[in-house]
Amino acid sequence: MIKKQFVFSNGEGLHARPAAQLVAAATPFKSELSLEYKEKKVNLKSILGVMSLGVAGGSTITLIADGEDEIDAMNKLEELLRSEGAED
Amino acid sequence: MNKILQGIAASNGISIAKAFRLENAELTVLKESISDVSTEIDRLQNALSLSRSELTTIQKQTQEKFSDQEAAIFSAHVLVLDDPELRAAITDTIQTQHVNAEYAVQEAANLYVSIFEAMDDPYMRERAADIRDVTKRILSHLLGVSIQTPEDITQEVVIIAEDLTPSHTVQLNPELIKGFVTDIGGPTSHSAILARTLEIPAVVGSKTAMAMIQNGEIIIVDGEAGKVIVNPDAETLAVYQEKQQAFAKQKAEWQLLANEPAITLDGHRVELAGNIGTPDDVENVLKNGGEAIGLFRTEFLYMGKEQFPTEDEQFEAYKSVLEQMNGSATIVRTLDIGGDKELPYLQLPHEANPFLGLRAIRLCLDHEEMFRTQLRALLRASIYGNLRIMFPMIATINEFRQAKELFLDVKQQLISERIEVSETIQLGIMVETPAVAILADVFAKEVDFFSIGSNDLIQYTMAADRMNEHVSYLYQPYNPSILRFIKMIIDAAHKEGKMVGMCGEMARDETAIPILLGMGLDEFSMSASSILRTRSQIQKLSKVTLENQIDHILSLSTADEVLHFIKSLDS
Repeated sequence: MIKKQFVFSNGEGLHARPAAQLVAAATPFKSELSLEYKEKKVNLKSILGVMSLGVAGGSTITLIADGEDEIDAMNKLEELLRSEGAED
Repeated sequence: MNKILQGIAASNGISIAKAFRLENAELTVLKESISDVSTEIDRLQNALSLSRSELTTIQKQTQEKFSDQEAAIFSAHVLVLDDPELRAAITDTIQTQHVNAEYAVQEAANLYVSIFEAMDDPYMRERAADIRDVTKRILSHLLGVSIQTPEDITQEVVIIAEDLTPSHTVQLNPELIKGFVTDIGGPTSHSAILARTLEIPAVVGSKTAMAMIQNGEIIIVDGEAGKVIVNPDAETLAVYQEKQQAFAKQKAEWQLLANEPAITLDGHRVELAGNIGTPDDVENVLKNGGEAIGLFRTEFLYMGKEQFPTEDEQFEAYKSVLEQMNGSATIVRTLDIGGDKELPYLQLPHEANPFLGLRAIRLCLDHEEMFRTQLRALLRASIYGNLRIMFPMIATINEFRQAKELFLDVKQQLISERIEVSETIQLGIMVETPAVAILADVFAKEVDFFSIGSNDLIQYTMAADRMNEHVSYLYQPYNPSILRFIKMIIDAAHKEGKMVGMCGEMARDETAIPILLGMGLDEFSMSASSILRTRSQIQKLSKVTLENQIDHILSLSTADEVLHFIKSLDS
């Protein structure tokens, strides 16, 4: 299992477009992928779950990957988050 | 017997066709116990896959017909439909509670809808509507009820609907949709503006159309009188067929005026301009004989997006309009947003009185960086034509001065970057608040031009929300209070040798035009479809004759008295 923290520095937070991209990127992986925010944990492959967290700009989120392709999955998600202006 | 409904005239012309009701499908879900879980799961899977293929088809069609941007809403629907958590919750409910799939779908969806509706962010709250849409689609397949969309229409019809939503409008085919009648909305509602753009006769705010009209009934839409006739008798039908032909003939005659100037019988010339929302609209303005652009609403650049438009994106749009206008005056209104028009990426506090709140120039001055980007893009584009910039919702002279100062600052910066800008850009304001109307003489000394935004000027003078149909009777363009304001504004501008135009609904109103002409309005700006009719009307009027009536008109007490007086001049 890998855990990694990110700070959403862009003002928008995890809005529809980045959320959709994140979910689309997560879906093909076999590992269980989840997103933790303010002590709530949701399935990263669920758009409703991710958006329901209402991650605001400037906040810290944790990604958790657990499974056979967890390293690839985390790399992919990290790359995407960085392009959306997240920092670790 | 003819059934007649009276609504609000929204778009000129007569159409006669069969009614097509755009239903909000009745999707009543009952909770039922089931014994065969696997059959129920199969039904669910089947409904999900039917919904999915439907959505991908709509998405593809929208992409081809419109743009990726408009299609994005349907990709979001696909994501919701595919959501593993949603699907798991539905299956779980069926398996553990032994209930029907319809009930399980509704339960799971309701849970998410309530989460989203409770969120602070207005953009996220709107996502609840996406979930509802997707749920409806799944339920319609489970229940075997078909949801109608304008896409399903294959013959010429008049659409009957409670209201038309933006997602309906991307699917409207003007070749088949001959007219529409809605229960709600006013003359400036989304559906009314759309009807005029598509040049489809329409009546809005009929209140009872959905209750009174059945599918397949013959409907006459009189978009000029705001009348809807259901199942007309042979005599009525004949009368309207004649009217329809006369309208078509008149339209053809008007077309001959496309390249003529708008000159009155006594040789007074005014400018007829077009209102546009996107660079694509310019073509229609030119085709209909528009001599200038009196209002370019720049909101479209900002709406339906996830983030602010870049300077380059804006530059390209402004440049395109200016080039197409080939040196003719082009008035661009800076961002007029806030209040009822929200941007998903610009989080504004919820306001109790949005029309009186942080909107238009107030918002722009508050978000200086956003405003600077727009001004920079405009300045860069200025060398491609005859640009005039107009600030909306000005209430005080200081707001204008501040906006002008920013403009000059941005200009200086561009010059220091050795970027070429025009030296002849005029800066004007929209006159929409009574505060400016009363102080018009002071403003006229500092601004280069005025453009009267009649819709808002009426709304703010009457203190009546123009979106609220309960007070729509207060939308009174001919009320002498409004007319006196307009006279003050025109006189103040002319005293300083400044141009004054009008870009609201009133500028294309056949009763208002003679009054505005008599008062000396210089420019009339309107939707492309009204330009030729207005030119034809102006060519039959005499400015001097009307000028002599103005004192009398302004001494009247009510809008009705003004209306009757103007009508009496005709005969």
